[in-house]
Amino acid sequence: MESGLFFNITTIAYFASMVLFFAYIAARTSTLAFFATLAALAGFITNTIALGLRWYESYQILGVDGRAPLTNLYESVVFFAWTIVLIYLLMDLKYKQRAVGAFVMPFALFSMVGAQMWLNAGIDPLVPALQSNWLTYHVITCFLGYAAFAVACGVSIMYLIKIGKEEQHKGDAPMGGILGLFPPCRVLDDMNYRAIMIGFPLLTLGIITGAAWANYAWGTYWSWDPKETWSLIVWFLYAAFIHARFTRGWIGRRAAWLSILGFAATIFCYLGVNLVLSGLHSYGGS
Amino acid sequence: MTETTKPQNADDYADKIWDFFCSLKLTIIILLLLSILSIIGTVLQQNAPAAEYIKEYGQSNYELFVKLQFVDMYHSWWFIGLLGLFSVNLICCSIKNFPRVWKFVTEPALIASPGILKNSANRLEATSKDDRQQLANRLSALLKKEFGSAQQSEKDGKLYLFAQKGIYSRFGAYMTHLSILVIMAGAIIGNVWGYKAYVNIVEGTSTSQVWSRNGQVPIDLGFTVRCDDFDVSYYANSRRPRDYNSDLVVIDNGQEVLHKRIEVNDPLTYKGITFYQSSYGSAGNPFFQVKVTENATGNVMNMKASMGQPVNLPGGYAFAITDFTAEGRFGPAARVNVSTPDGRRGTPFMVLKDFPEFDIKRGGKFSFSLVDYKEPQFTGLQVAKDPGVEVVWLGCLLMVFGSLTAFFFSHRRIWVCLEEDGGKTKIQIAANAHRNQPGFSLAFDELKQKLDAAIENKSSKKEG
Repeated sequence: MESGLFFNITTIAYFASMVLFFAYIAARTSTLAFFATLAALAGFITNTIALGLRWYESYQILGVDGRAPLTNLYESVVFFAWTIVLIYLLMDLKYKQRAVGAFVMPFALFSMVGAQMWLNAGIDPLVPALQSNWLTYHVITCFLGYAAFAVACGVSIMYLIKIGKEEQHKGDAPMGGILGLFPPCRVLDDMNYRAIMIGFPLLTLGIITGAAWANYAWGTYWSWDPKETWSLIVWFLYAAFIHARFTRGWIGRRAAWLSILGFAATIFCYLGVNLVLSGLHSYGGS
Repeated sequence: MTETTKPQNADDYADKIWDFFCSLKLTIIILLLLSILSIIGTVLQQNAPAAEYIKEYGQSNYELFVKLQFVDMYHSWWFIGLLGLFSVNLICCSIKNFPRVWKFVTEPALIASPGILKNSANRLEATSKDDRQQLANRLSALLKKEFGSAQQSEKDGKLYLFAQKGIYSRFGAYMTHLSILVIMAGAIIGNVWGYKAYVNIVEGTSTSQVWSRNGQVPIDLGFTVRCDDFDVSYYANSRRPRDYNSDLVVIDNGQEVLHKRIEVNDPLTYKGITFYQSSYGSAGNPFFQVKVTENATGNVMNMKASMGQPVNLPGGYAFAITDFTAEGRFGPAARVNVSTPDGRRGTPFMVLKDFPEFDIKRGGKFSFSLVDYKEPQFTGLQVAKDPGVEVVWLGCLLMVFGSLTAFFFSHRRIWVCLEEDGGKTKIQIAANAHRNQPGFSLAFDELKQKLDAAIENKSSKKEG
C-alpha cells in the first residue's frame, strides 16, 4: 500500500521536527525553530496525503464498501497525530511561541510510532453497525477535541516546569537558560485555556454525535457504556477546568494540573477503555 | 433585643445556604465528584446477574455492592442525588447572576464613567477644532459602519456616544446551563413515559407485543408488526456480515399502513415507536423446493417439502428430507429417503444443490435435485419509545450554540466622550470586551486609525 510509505515519511518528519525543537531549546537558534516548524508542516502534509491515499485504497480493496479512514484503532491513531499537528500549527500561527513544539510534537510522534509498531494496518470491511455517516462526524469531532487537549497538556507541562523558576526569578531582566525560550507563564496559562476552549465544544459535539448515532442505531442515546461514561468524565473534568478560571485560587498551577489530569483521562477514554474495559467500542481494540 | 436578632440569624442562615448553593466552588467540587464516582460503573460491570458478582468478588463483597448500589450505580440514590444537587447549583447560580447580566440589555452604560475613560486598556485621546456635534456625527457614522450603531446622550455639558456589539454572548453561559437542564428533563421524560424493549419476529409472522428490556414484561404496541422477509449478506470470502435487513409491515386497524425495509442504522418509526434492526437467528426447520424426475417416463415434478415431512409421489411412493446442511463440503446438501408403496424405507442418499445432475447417476425410480431452500430466520429488533428524545436534541443544540457563544464571542463596547475645552473639543474614546481582551485590542488598534482619520477629517491642521 502506497499510504504506508507516506505514513513512514510522516513519522520521520515528526521525529525530525521534535529533534529540531529540542535542539532549538538547547541551542537557542531561531533558525532551528523555523526548520522544526517546517518539518512539522511537511509531516502534516504527508500525513494528509497518506490519509487521503488510504481512503482511496479502501475503495480499491473493498470496492463499493470503501470508507473514510476513521474506522479502526490504527486509523484513529494516525488521524489523532494529524489532528494534534493541525491544532498545534493553528496555535503556532496565532501565538508564534516556537518552544511549545518541543512539548506537543512528541504526542504526534508517539501516536505515529505506536500505530506503526503495534497496530494492525489492514483495511477490513465494516460491520453493519459502523456503516453510518455519523461515524465520520463522531470521529472527526472527538479527535479534534482530543488533539486540542493534547496541546493544552503540553503547554501545561511547560507551565509547571517554568512557574517555579519564574517565581524565584527577580527583576525585569529576561530569564536566561533553557527556560528563557519558554513563553511567559501568563502566555502559557492563556494558551492552555485557549486550547481547552477549542477542545471543549468539539468534545461536546463528539459526545452529541455519538449519542445521535447510538440513538439511530440502537434506540438509546445514552447507555452508560464505559466509553460513554469516560467521555463524560473527561467532559466533567474540563467543565471543572473552565469554571475554575472564574474562581480565585484555581488558576495557574491548579489549572495546569487539571489540564494534565484531563488529558490523562482523555487518553484513558481513548485507549484505556478499549484495552482494559469492554463495551460498545471494543471493536476498536483490533 | 432577642426578638429582633433571631430573625436576623435565621436570615444569615438562609443567606449561608443560598451562598452555598450559588457557589462556584460547589460547582467545581460536584464536577470533580461526578467524574470520580462515574469511574466505579466503568470498572464494575453494571446490572449483571448476581451469580457473576459472587463468582468474581465473593458473597460478602457482593452484598456490600448491593447495599452501596454499585451494581446499578447510575441509577443509585447518591448518583441521582448528586445530579440533582448539580441542577440546583446551576439554577441558583443562574438566578444569582442573571439580573446583573440582564442589566446590560435594559440599562446599557450610555455614559462612560471617568474610570473607563482613564483606565481602559483600549483608549484614544485627541483634540479637535471642530465642534462637538460635528465630531459626534462623523464618529457616529464611522462606528455605524465599522462597529455598531451609536447612541448619543448628553450629561453635564458633555456629549457621549455609546456603541456595542455581541451583547448576546453574555447569555452563552446561561444558554449552556439551561441546555443541561433541558437534556436532564428530556431524559426524565423518556424514562417516565417511554420504554426500551425488544422482540424477535420469525419471517412471515407478526406480533403486537414486545418485551421490556429490563424485567421481560410484555408491552402491547397497539398495532401489529409483520416481518415479511429477513436477509443477511456477507462480505465475499468471509463470514463477516455486510448487511442484514428485514421487510417490516405495520398493520393498524386491519390496514397495512407502512412498509419499510429496515437495516442496521436505518430504523422504522410508527406512532412514536421505533424498531431497530439489531440481531437475527435461525427459527426452526428449513423449507425446500425439490425437482423430482420419474426416470422411466421423464416426467418432471416440482414439489415443496419441509423437513421430515413425507411428500407423496406417483404410484404410492413417497419421499422425505431427513437432514440438511446449508454449509456442506459440496455446498447445501439434503439427505433424502424414498419409501416404497409397501411402506419400506429405502437407503438414504444425498442430494446436492450445486450439482443438480448428481442424483441421476444413482439410478432409482426417481431422481431428485434440490432447486432451492429457505431456512426460516427470526429478526431481532430493539424497540424504543422515547418521547423525551426531541427534548434531548433540543438541549444538545442549545448546548452547542451556548458554548460556542460563550467561548468565541464577546460583548464589545465603545464609549466616546466629547468635551468643550477652551474653543476646542477634547475627545476621549475607550473600549472594552468582556472576554478575549488581547484579540479585541488588536481589532481596536485597527479601528483606532479609522477613528483618528474621522476625527482629523476636516481639521487637517491638527495641532500637537
